[in-house]
Amino acid sequence: MYATRARQARPEAFAVRPGIAERLGLPYMDAPLALSAVALAAFGVFALEQSTLNDVPGSPGYFADRQAVYAVLGLAGMYLLARVDYSRFRELRVGIYTFLCASVALVLVFGFAARGSRRAFDLPFFSFQPSELGKLLLVLALAGFVIDGARRGSARQRTVRYLCLGFAPAALVFLQPDLGTSLVFGVITLAVMYVGGVRWTHLATIGTVLAALVALVLVAAPTVGAPILKGYQEERLTSFLDPSGDPSDAGYQQNQAKIAIGSGEKTGRGDRATQTRLDFVPERHTDFIFAVIGERYGFGGAALVLSLYALLIWRALRIVTLSKNSYGILVAGGIAAMLLFQVFVNVGMNLGIMPITGIPLPLMSYGGSSVLATFLAIGVLQSIHAQARLSQAGRFAW
Amino acid sequence: MSNRLALRIALLGGLALVLFGLLFFRLWTLQVLNGEEYLAEAKNNRTREYRVSAPRGQVLDRDGEPLVRNRTSLALQVDPTKLPGDRARRHRQLARLAELTHTSPRRVRELLAEGRRRTPGAPVAIRRDVGHYLVYYLQEHQREFPGVSVQRVFVRAYPHGTLAAHILGNVGEVSEKQLEEKQYAGLEPGDEIGQDGVEDAYDRFLRGEPGLTRIQVDAFGQPTRSGHLVSRPPVPGRDLKLSIDAGVQAAGEAALASRGLPGGFVTMDVHSGELLGVGSFPTFHPAAFTRPMTQAQVDALYRDEVLAPLANRAISGLYPTGSTFKLLTAVAALESGEIEIGTPIFDGGSITVGGQEFQNAGGAEFGPVSLVRALQVSSDVFFYTLGWNMWDNGELQRWSHRLGIGREPGLDLPGGEPGLLPSRAWRDSLFAAGETDRPWSAGDNIQLAIGQGDLQASPLQMAIAYATVANGGTVVTPHVGLRVEDAAGRVLREFEPRPQRRVRIEPQFRAAILTGLHDAAQAPEGTSYAIFGNFPVGVAGKTGTAQRVGYEDQSWYVALAPYPNPRIVTAVTIEQGGFGAESAAPAALQILEAHFGKQSSGEAGPNGGSPG
Repeated sequence: MYATRARQARPEAFAVRPGIAERLGLPYMDAPLALSAVALAAFGVFALEQSTLNDVPGSPGYFADRQAVYAVLGLAGMYLLARVDYSRFRELRVGIYTFLCASVALVLVFGFAARGSRRAFDLPFFSFQPSELGKLLLVLALAGFVIDGARRGSARQRTVRYLCLGFAPAALVFLQPDLGTSLVFGVITLAVMYVGGVRWTHLATIGTVLAALVALVLVAAPTVGAPILKGYQEERLTSFLDPSGDPSDAGYQQNQAKIAIGSGEKTGRGDRATQTRLDFVPERHTDFIFAVIGERYGFGGAALVLSLYALLIWRALRIVTLSKNSYGILVAGGIAAMLLFQVFVNVGMNLGIMPITGIPLPLMSYGGSSVLATFLAIGVLQSIHAQARLSQAGRFAW
Repeated sequence: MSNRLALRIALLGGLALVLFGLLFFRLWTLQVLNGEEYLAEAKNNRTREYRVSAPRGQVLDRDGEPLVRNRTSLALQVDPTKLPGDRARRHRQLARLAELTHTSPRRVRELLAEGRRRTPGAPVAIRRDVGHYLVYYLQEHQREFPGVSVQRVFVRAYPHGTLAAHILGNVGEVSEKQLEEKQYAGLEPGDEIGQDGVEDAYDRFLRGEPGLTRIQVDAFGQPTRSGHLVSRPPVPGRDLKLSIDAGVQAAGEAALASRGLPGGFVTMDVHSGELLGVGSFPTFHPAAFTRPMTQAQVDALYRDEVLAPLANRAISGLYPTGSTFKLLTAVAALESGEIEIGTPIFDGGSITVGGQEFQNAGGAEFGPVSLVRALQVSSDVFFYTLGWNMWDNGELQRWSHRLGIGREPGLDLPGGEPGLLPSRAWRDSLFAAGETDRPWSAGDNIQLAIGQGDLQASPLQMAIAYATVANGGTVVTPHVGLRVEDAAGRVLREFEPRPQRRVRIEPQFRAAILTGLHDAAQAPEGTSYAIFGNFPVGVAGKTGTAQRVGYEDQSWYVALAPYPNPRIVTAVTIEQGGFGAESAAPAALQILEAHFGKQSSGEAGPNGGSPG
C-alpha cells in the first residue's frame, strides 16, 4: 500500500521544475545543425593540427590552437545568439547597416595590409576582418529593409533599392580588394531578394545584366585596354578552364589541389601525404583546407565533410520553413544561401570545377573572423529555430 | 508560409541538392575513379632525382702505364630554381658570375636555357676547372650568389700529353641522335660517353654507371628535412688495358714528328693482331677536348684539310703504297703458279707494254733476276712483268684481297677504311659510267704490281698483309683492346678476337719472300741495307716510294722482325717523305729499336709466350 501511494504521489503540472537542459534552452535548439557545425569545426582543427605541424617553427600547434580558440568562442557566441530573439535585429537594421558600411569602409583606410589588400583591422591578439562578420550583418540588415519596405514604392523601385543597399557594401569590399567576399555579399543580396519575393522578371533581368557584366569584365574590358579586375584576379577566375598550364600561376595551384585530392584515393594518405605537407598546394590551411582533407583522409573523409555540410544546409533550409515570421524566413534564407554558395565555390575550387576566388570554407578554413562569423550566423539560425519552437509551445521567452 | 514562398524555398533546396550532387560526383571521379593517376603524379611531384656521374675507367698501356686517367675538377653550378625571381637582380647576378668566371653573360644565359630545355630544375654547370681562389670567394660571398654551388666533376687527364691521341679518342656529352641508339639506352642528356677511338669503342666498359640520389623536395625544390630518400652510389667504369706499348708508341710518334711531315705508323704483333703502336702526325692534345675551345683551336683541329691533325693516317690514311706492295704481287704470282721461286726474269731496265714504257726507278738495270733478288733490289721490271702476266686473270686482285687490301681492316676502333684495290670490274664499271677514259688494261695491273696508280691502302692494311705472310697465312684481326680490369687489377674480360680468315701460303713461298725482304734490309745491295745493315736483330723489310699526283714522293717502309720468325710488323708511311729508305725506313728503325731495346733489357715482350 505504501508503495502504491508513493507511486500516486506525482508532482502537479504547475510544479514542474525544469532540468538543466531545459534551463539552458537546449530543447529549443536544432541539435543536428549545432552538432554538424561543431563536428565540422572540430574536424577542421584536427586537419589543421596534422597538416601544419612544421609550418611555424617552434610552435607546432600554432594554427590549430588559434583555430580551436576561435571555434570555442564562436560556439559560445552561437549559444548566446540562440537565446536572443532575432527579431530585435530587424529593429536595429539601420544601425547594423551603418556599422557594416562603416567598418568595411574604414578598413580600406586604416586596415592592415596583407598581400596587397586591406581587409582586416590589426587588433591586439587578433586581426579582425570586418567583411566576414559583414556577411551576417548584411543578411540581418537587408532582410529588415525588405520586410520594412515591402509596401513602399513600386515593385521596380523596391528591387532597385534592395540592389543598391546590397551592392554598396559589396562594392566597398571589392575595393579592398576582396573579390571573393564581395561575391558572397552579392549572392546574399540576391538570395534575400529571391526569398523576399522579388518578381521573377526582375530576377531574370538582374541575371542577364550580371551575365553581361561578367562578359564585359573578363572579355571586353581587357581587350579595349581598361581592365577592371587585377591581373591575378582575372587569371584566377579563368585559369580553372585550363588548369594544366604553367606551374607557376593560378592554374598550377588548382592543379596541385586536384592532384592532392585525387591522390588521397579512397582511404587517404595520412601522414604520407605530400601535396599538402610539402607546400605543393598553396594556402592549404585557408582556401585549400579541403584539399588537405581529401589527401589525408581520402574519399571517406572528404565525403564525410561534404555530408556534414549537406546536413548543415538542409537544417538551415528547414529552419526557413519553420520560421514564425517573414523576417526569420528572409534571414534564414540568406544565411542558407550564403553557406551553400561558400561551400560550393570553395569545394568546387578545390576540386577544379570552380575558379579560385578566395572564398573560405565555412567553419574549416583557418581564420578567426570567418569561424566566428559563421558560428554567429548559425546562432541566428538557432534563434529562429528556438523562437519557432517557443511560439508553437506558446511561450515567448526563455 | 505562402505557396509561392514554399515554391521558392523548394527551388533553393533543389539547387542545393544539385550543387552537392555535383561536388560528390566530382569527388568520386577524382578520388575513386582516377585516384591512382593522381597518386602517381603526387609521388612524382615530391621527389627530384640527381644523377651523380661515375668516373670513367682508366686506359692503360700493356704494362699498366696509364694513358688516360681522371682528374677531379671543380665545376661551378647554378641551380636555376634558386636564382632571384626578380629579373633585374637575376641578370645582375649572372653578369657578375660571368665576370668572375671569365665568360660572357650571354654564354651563361645560353647554358641556363640549354639546361632548362634538357632537365628543367636541375643544376647547370657554368664552368669547369674553376680555381680554388674563386671557390673561396664564392663561399665567402654566398649570400650574393644564391643558387651557386661548386661540384666536383671528373675530367679526363692525359699524363703523357699527346701520346696515342689518335687511338684514345675523347669523351663528350651524348648527342640527341646517340640517345636513340640501343647501346646508349638508359643514358640521359648531359651524360658523357666516349666519342671516338678507344673511348668510343670500349665505352660500355669504361663508362660506369651513374649514381642516383633521390631527394624529397617541397614545392620550391628545396630538400625537406628528412630529404634523402635513395642514394645509389655511382659505379666507376672499368679499366681498359690496351695492347699499346707506350715505349713503341712514343718512339713511333717521335720518329714521325722528327720528320715534321704528315704520316702514320702501325706496329702489330703478327700472330695475335695486338697493336703495339698506332700513330699519326700531325697530332693534337686530347686534353683540348676537356675544355671549351677557342675558335683558333677549333679551326686548327677541324678546318685544316691539309694537315688534318684529327685524321689517323695509320688506319684511315689511304695512299698508293709503292714497292711495299711487291710482297702481295709475289704471293699472287707464286700461289697462282705464275712463277716458281727460282723463275728468272730478265730486267733490262724497262719493259714496253702496248706502246707504253715502264721503267725501273732510277734507271737501274739488274739483268736476270729471280724472286729473292728482285725483292732485295726492288726490281720494278720483274714485278711489272708479273703484273703484265696476271693482268687478265685477276690473280693479283684475288690474292691482294685475301690479304686484306681493298677491305675493312676489322679493327676494334672506328675509322678503318677499306681503300681501293683496282680491278677489272672496278675500272670497267667506271668506264661504263663514263668516269674514266679507258677500260681495264695491262697497264693498270702493271702499275698495281708495284703499288702505284689507283691503289689506295693504309699502313694498317699493309701491316696485316705482311703479318699474314710472316705468320704463314693467318689474317689477324688487329685490335688495341687487350683486357678489362677492375680497379684492383683483376681481369674481367680478355679480348682475343679470332683471326679474320686463313689464307693458304706455302711455307717455301713464305720462306723465299722473307729471305728476299731480309736481304733487302740487311744484305749489301738491299734497298734499306744502309739503314738496317747494322741492326742487331734480324729484319725483313721493304721500302716503298709512292708517286702521288701533285705531291712529292711518299715514303713507305714495312718491316718484319725478328727474322726468320718475325713476331712484329711495323708499317710506316710519310707523306712527301721521298724514297722509302729516306724517311720511312729510319722511322721504322727507331720503332724497332724501341721495341727490341726494351726486350733486350729483359722486360716482357709483346708475345713472349708463343712465338710462331
